[in-house]
Formats: sequence, C-alpha cells, structure tokens
Amino acid sequence: MSAIIDVRHVNKAFGGLRVINDCSLQVEEGAITGLIGPNGAGKSTLFNIMAGALPLDSGEIRFDGEDITNRPADQLFHRGLLRTFQIAHEFSNLTALENLMMVPPRQAGESLFATWLKPGQVRREEDEVRRRALEVIDFIGLHHVRNELAGNLSGGQKKLLELGRTMMTDAKVVLLDEIAAGVNRTLLGDLIGNIERLNREMGYTFLVIEHDMEMIARLCDPVIVLAQGSVMVEGSIAEIQNNPEVIEAYFGSPAA
Amino acid sequence: MNELVFFINNVVIAGSVAGSIYAIGAVGVTLIFSIMRFAHFAHGDMMTFGAFMVLLLTTLFPGAGNAIGVPTPLIMLPLAMALTALLAVGIDRAFYKPLRAHGVKPIVMVIASLGVTLMLQGLIRLFAGTGGESLYVDDRKEIFRLTVPLEGVRVPVVITEPQLYLFALTLISVVALHFFLSRSRLGKAMRAMSDNPPLAQASGINTNTIVAVTWVLAGGLAAIAGTLLSLDVTFKPDLSFFLLLPIFAAAIVGGVGHPYGAIAGGFVVGFAETLAVFNWGILLRPFRDSLPEWLAQAGNLAFVGTEYKIVVPFFILVAILVWRPTGLFKGKVI
Repeated sequence: MSAIIDVRHVNKAFGGLRVINDCSLQVEEGAITGLIGPNGAGKSTLFNIMAGALPLDSGEIRFDGEDITNRPADQLFHRGLLRTFQIAHEFSNLTALENLMMVPPRQAGESLFATWLKPGQVRREEDEVRRRALEVIDFIGLHHVRNELAGNLSGGQKKLLELGRTMMTDAKVVLLDEIAAGVNRTLLGDLIGNIERLNREMGYTFLVIEHDMEMIARLCDPVIVLAQGSVMVEGSIAEIQNNPEVIEAYFGSPAA
Repeated sequence: MNELVFFINNVVIAGSVAGSIYAIGAVGVTLIFSIMRFAHFAHGDMMTFGAFMVLLLTTLFPGAGNAIGVPTPLIMLPLAMALTALLAVGIDRAFYKPLRAHGVKPIVMVIASLGVTLMLQGLIRLFAGTGGESLYVDDRKEIFRLTVPLEGVRVPVVITEPQLYLFALTLISVVALHFFLSRSRLGKAMRAMSDNPPLAQASGINTNTIVAVTWVLAGGLAAIAGTLLSLDVTFKPDLSFFLLLPIFAAAIVGGVGHPYGAIAGGFVVGFAETLAVFNWGILLRPFRDSLPEWLAQAGNLAFVGTEYKIVVPFFILVAILVWRPTGLFKGKVI
C-alpha cells in the first residue's frame, strides 16, 4: 500500500497560538485511518487545511502524488478528496434529495451556455443524477425523508446526509470530521456499517476524526494520535490504548 | 370618468413604471447580498453606467435602429448590458475580491462600495457632463394617447413607448431569472452558495465562478433598469443615485436575499410612492355636491407633498418590518 495523503512538515498558527506544529503524517490508500487526540490538539485545523478550507503557514500536502497545498476546496473535490463537517452542514432550504443532487461535478448544466443551448443534454444528466441520488438516499436510509427540507432533518439524519454527499461522486479519500457526534447508537451502527461498505465495496479511503473510542476501535486501523499540533504515536488501537504517553496526553501525568 | 383616467395615468401607469425600475434594481441588490452578504451601494451607479453606455453607443451609431425599425437605444441595450456586466466583474476583481480574501467584515465592503459609488459617479460626470441628455439621439419618442371610448371623457390615457418597453423587459427579465434560478445547475449552485458557502465549496462548486455570475446578472439587470429609466425621462449622471434608497427599501421590504420578494417590494414601494403623492381630491370631485363642506372645500388631498415623496418608501419599510421583520417574503437566502 502507498500513501494517498502525505502531510509534510505543516505549520499553522492563529495569531500567537501555534495550532499545527511541524506535523507530518501519511494516510495509506484503502485504509480507514483514525485521527484522535485531546481537545485542542489541532485535529480539525489539520482537517480544514487538508480540505482546502484554511491556508497553511508552511509545509506541503500531497494527494495521490500531486502537490495540493493551499488548493481551494472545490478543486480538491473534483480530484476526489471530500470532507464532511464537524457540525453537519446542509442546504437548509433544499430537500434532502436536492441536497444530494447539488453535488455531482462537471456537468453540462454547470456552464452558463449549456443551460440555454443544450437543454436535452442537461436534462439527461439531471435524470442520471436523480437516479443516483435516489440510490444513495436508500443506501443511507433516508428514503422516507427525501422530500423534506434538509434544514428540518434531525442532527443524526444530517450526519447521514453528509455521508451520502460523499457517495454522489467517485471519491478517493473522504475526511470524516466527528461524524458520530450526536448520533444515537442505532443510527451509529448504520453509519459504521455504511463506512465499512464504502471502504470495502467502493474502495474509499477514510480519515476519521472521532472522540468515540468505541467507534475508533471498531472501524480504524491504523490510529494516529495528535497532541499539541503534531503526531505523537501511530499504531493499531491496541498499541495506542496501552501507550503511556497517550494516556498521559488524555488524562494528564499522574505526578501532576 | 375623466378623474378615473387621471388616476390611471398618475397612479397605475406611474406606479408601474417606478415599481418596475425599483424591482429590477432591487433584484440586483438582493442577489449580490445573498451571495456576498453585503449591501452594494454602488448599484445605482451601475445603473447609470449602463444608461451611459447606451447613450455613448447611440451617439456613435445614431442610425442603427432605423434599419430594423426599433429605437437605437434599445438595439444598444444588450451591448450596454454586456459592458456593464464586464464593469461589475471588473469592479469586483479590483476592489471587492481583495477585501473578501482578507476576510473583512461586511461593513467594510459596504463602505468600499460607497467609495465605488462616488468614483463611478465622478467618472460618468467627467465624460457625460453634469446636465441631462436625451437617449433619443436620432429617434422620436412615441407617446401614445389612448382616448377612452366613453361619452364625456376628454382626458386620454397617456403611455409612452419607453414605458411599454419597460413593462415588457421587466416581465422578460423576471421570467428568465426565475427559470435560471430554479432550473439551471448554475442557478441552483447560486442558491446553494447563498445558503451555505463552505458546504457549496466542499460540494465542488467553484465559488469564484458563482460570484462572477452574480455580478454579470446584477450588472446586466442594472443596465436594463438604468437605460429604461433614462429613456422614460432623461439621462443624468446622478439619476440612479437618487433611486438607490428606494431600491434598498424595496429589497428590504421584500425580504433581503429573496429575488421574488425584491420584485414584490419594488412594486409595493413604487405604488406606495405614487399613491401617497396622488391628490385624492380629484377622485372626490364628481361627488362634490353630496360631500360635507369641509371635504368638498379641500384643495389638495394628497397624503404628502411631491417634495416628500422620498419619505414614503421608508415609512413603508419601517411599517412592514414592524409587522413582518424578515420582509414580505422570508428573506436571507435565495
């Protein structure tokens, strides 16, 4: 296996606060990698940098062998690097189905001229997208609320919709930012199942930020521990859980 | 009946004219707000710029319209729309984009747009002079006087050629905009971005493209509104600047960020203005004999004098916001 995401010596500061501190890590292709760490370790900041939502101060990020440092999010999307949001984002006044239909990239209808000049082609693509969106909405189990405005969905359903969004296009890597937070246990089982299926059947690579250790244990191998803006250890969940350094980072040193 | 015709001329037609212009202007303001979240004060001057481009082109090629039998300014309008759209995109690249890149607060953008207003107005004055100019360089402005086929009616219904064009173009713009926003993917992408910009970007929508498209739409619509207003009266460098406040009132009344609301708001403000300055005494004149003396004696029964016309949109604005704080339509996003 080779590294599909390669983060090299990345630094990021907000004012005087150094959030990411010479951080280097690799995500292996085809793996479900966990990214854990105490609050303020810089997990979300690193995610935002990787997803093109935040500029970095120095360092380099390579995706699939290509330098993607400081590329905007929409370009990364078209290369197959997708992300979900820690706090679920949705187009609140579109329906759940329309939310999914917003996603697919590079269609004729996106060009101003095609809208007027090639209505037939635009309509065919639109039908194709609708068909796929219906498949996805079945897959994530939101068929019954497909025509509800997304703003009215529950927090957990919005999270499922976030995952569904990543299935509307042929993603290579999906960054999941605390997808389990605020999702009830039953729904969480569905979520984990869906992530595993996407990984196995469609070859998605996942990088998962999570506080839920149970979910990390079920889903992720390897696990990377981030503390104070850089990688502390990396290994299987068993190795991580027994590592005294990690325990100290989470619970403080016993002497203190 | 003469009184009723007078009412049609002074309220129905005049209100529709003002309403159409406010509506087209307010749609532009509201689109810009929904995508970029700031009040674009230079919108009035983008309207003037559009009209100025028509004036320039018509002066250069005064005979162009005669070949087809349409007034030359109207032939030049699509070209002026393109030029105004180009100006709008250029202004964005030069002034607003760097500010956005720095992540400034909306109020900074508003002040920047105020700067652009003064700059544009100065530039137009520099080239067009400060006086009024007729856009009908080599054409004649047709005025239709429709006599009402009823006995005793002497006053004709008066409607001018540019007013008819105004109504037609308003209708076409509104319908085209509706189909664009609701059917095309680009329109949907605009709605998506107005709803949730980070998610739009994470869904592969190029936000720079959407911003550019918004300016093209706003610029094109501004050129239509400015030109048709100047055709109806005359071109003056400060003409549209004075429309700016009613246009903002219209956008807010309709619900900021809501294009259909802006259209409704435009007509509400337009009719409110004309109804408020209309002398209602005229309508009472036929019933003079049966009215109490104090009412029959009253000369001018307008709510406010014409010189206070500008007050009306703001009275309406405040009244509607008290009654419905988000505007007539639920505002904020497309």
